[in-house]
Amino acid sequence: MNIVVLVKQVPDSGADRNLRSDDNTVDRGSANNVINEMDEYAIEEALKIKEAHGGEVTILTMGPDRATESIRKALSMGPDKAVHVVDDALHGSCAVATSKVLAAALGTLNPDLVICGAESTDGRVQVMPHMIAERLGVAALTGARKLTVDGGTLTVERQTEEGYEVVTASTPAVVSVWDTINEPRYPSFKGIMAAKKKPVQTLSLGDLGVAPAEVGFDGATSTVLEHTKRPPRSGGEKITDEGEGGVKLVEFLATEKFV
Amino acid sequence: MSEVLVVVEATKEFGVKKVTLEMLTLARELDTPSAVVLGGPGAAEALSGKLGEYGAEKIYAAESEEIDGYLVAPKATVLAELVKQVQPAAVLLASAQEGKEIAARLAVKLDNGILTDVVGLAADGTATQVAFAGSTIVKSKVTRGVPLVTVRPNSVNPTPAPATPAVEQLTVAVSDTDKLAKVVNRVAEQKGSRPELTEASVVVSGGRGVGNADNFKLVEEIADLLGGAVGASRAAVDSGYYPHQFQVGQTGKTVSPQLYVALGISGAIQHRAGMQTSKIIVAVNKDGEAPIFELADYGVVGDLFKVVPQAAEEIRKRK
Repeated sequence: MNIVVLVKQVPDSGADRNLRSDDNTVDRGSANNVINEMDEYAIEEALKIKEAHGGEVTILTMGPDRATESIRKALSMGPDKAVHVVDDALHGSCAVATSKVLAAALGTLNPDLVICGAESTDGRVQVMPHMIAERLGVAALTGARKLTVDGGTLTVERQTEEGYEVVTASTPAVVSVWDTINEPRYPSFKGIMAAKKKPVQTLSLGDLGVAPAEVGFDGATSTVLEHTKRPPRSGGEKITDEGEGGVKLVEFLATEKFV
Repeated sequence: MSEVLVVVEATKEFGVKKVTLEMLTLARELDTPSAVVLGGPGAAEALSGKLGEYGAEKIYAAESEEIDGYLVAPKATVLAELVKQVQPAAVLLASAQEGKEIAARLAVKLDNGILTDVVGLAADGTATQVAFAGSTIVKSKVTRGVPLVTVRPNSVNPTPAPATPAVEQLTVAVSDTDKLAKVVNRVAEQKGSRPELTEASVVVSGGRGVGNADNFKLVEEIADLLGGAVGASRAAVDSGYYPHQFQVGQTGKTVSPQLYVALGISGAIQHRAGMQTSKIIVAVNKDGEAPIFELADYGVVGDLFKVVPQAAEEIRKRK
């Protein structure tokens, strides 16, 4: 099975994150940039499918030059190769334009299965799997906590607010996964060494036949007007329980009219 | 006068969800709200009373097995046709999995701008969004096409404004491509009478400090006494104390209730990402240095197995 995993490099969600003051895009320059955590689960799932059914796993990333670090990290887990869509004109692209570029890149790879994280930790927009599926005219099985592959039939179990649903589709398809689906492996030393030699193909907008005016700030369907940091919350009253902690807590709730 | 389409979120059990009433309230500020019900046969009838009560001037109903039996693609197709037909001022959807997914397909179909996790919307279309786990406030605007806006639950106070909506049935014409992801089974899980986590005005969450699955009864007890939902930190979920669908945090649900009660939760950044826009936060933790106290409006440093039962008793006494 020819599997492509979408990997996004994001600023570490465990550290302070900002938008740039000059063009309102995500500040990647001053951030510690890492693989989007949910994508590691997507990589793991792809590798498990390859181990069980054979095939090839390709990483696909759209991002600036420095995204190479995340691509190598992804490859160190075990995928075979990577494709990096990189072009200065992509800076400032909205989700709609991003999906156009990724769909064009997927068109050159002709996958049976595209796997990605359910959302990225920076935008948390959650739209990419369906946008890509809509463009490619294939199924999107989103938010999987379990994925079963039986020949060309995919079965996904996904959490809903009422319980869960079981959804099926034939390949080719896009599947997005939550972090409940598996436990990603750590790259081995051998994997890290091997990743340095794995092929990483770079593609420009020209290679994909996408005009620069369709992406970046010019092609964006929405714009950020301004952004401000919310003032950090400050702690209020803190007491130490000396036998009356529960009562005092309820007294506070009562003054706030919750009791 | 133009219409603002509000895509209705409802459940079989509870009917119209609160976020839908919030969207109708928001839509009234913009222009004339029309509710859109996308569901199985007969879906709109049960909902029309509530939708009218909150100001829907019209209800568009697309009711078909083909809508209910597949993931969102048929819904997006029906909605795209409706948008082309009525040219609304905006389309509002819930900022939850399904709403975002319908909006995603709609944005591609119409080559249209989309804004997610919106907490406020001005008459000129300027949206307020929260980004980076609530640490950044963003003002943004759709610059191409009809604004597709997903609204985060608990952003607006829903207020009634009674109207008597006429129901207009839509033709459901979906293609084979819309029917690729087939729902073969839906399993309802018992949740009891607690409100849905993202919509609840009170959320009581437990963390690693709760110690085991059985002890979560304490968390549930406080939640029930306060009429709230139960949440859990990632540490508690990873340890198997409570199911994943109740996880609050960066990789779980984002909640923004009036009151958030954190029991035995240290307040790692992963957790704060999902709850720090709550109006009032209270915390009980045995570690006085736990970061949760940096954001708690009221904190009790102590043993939750002593403090929480005492609090439960005190609430009962006051009822």
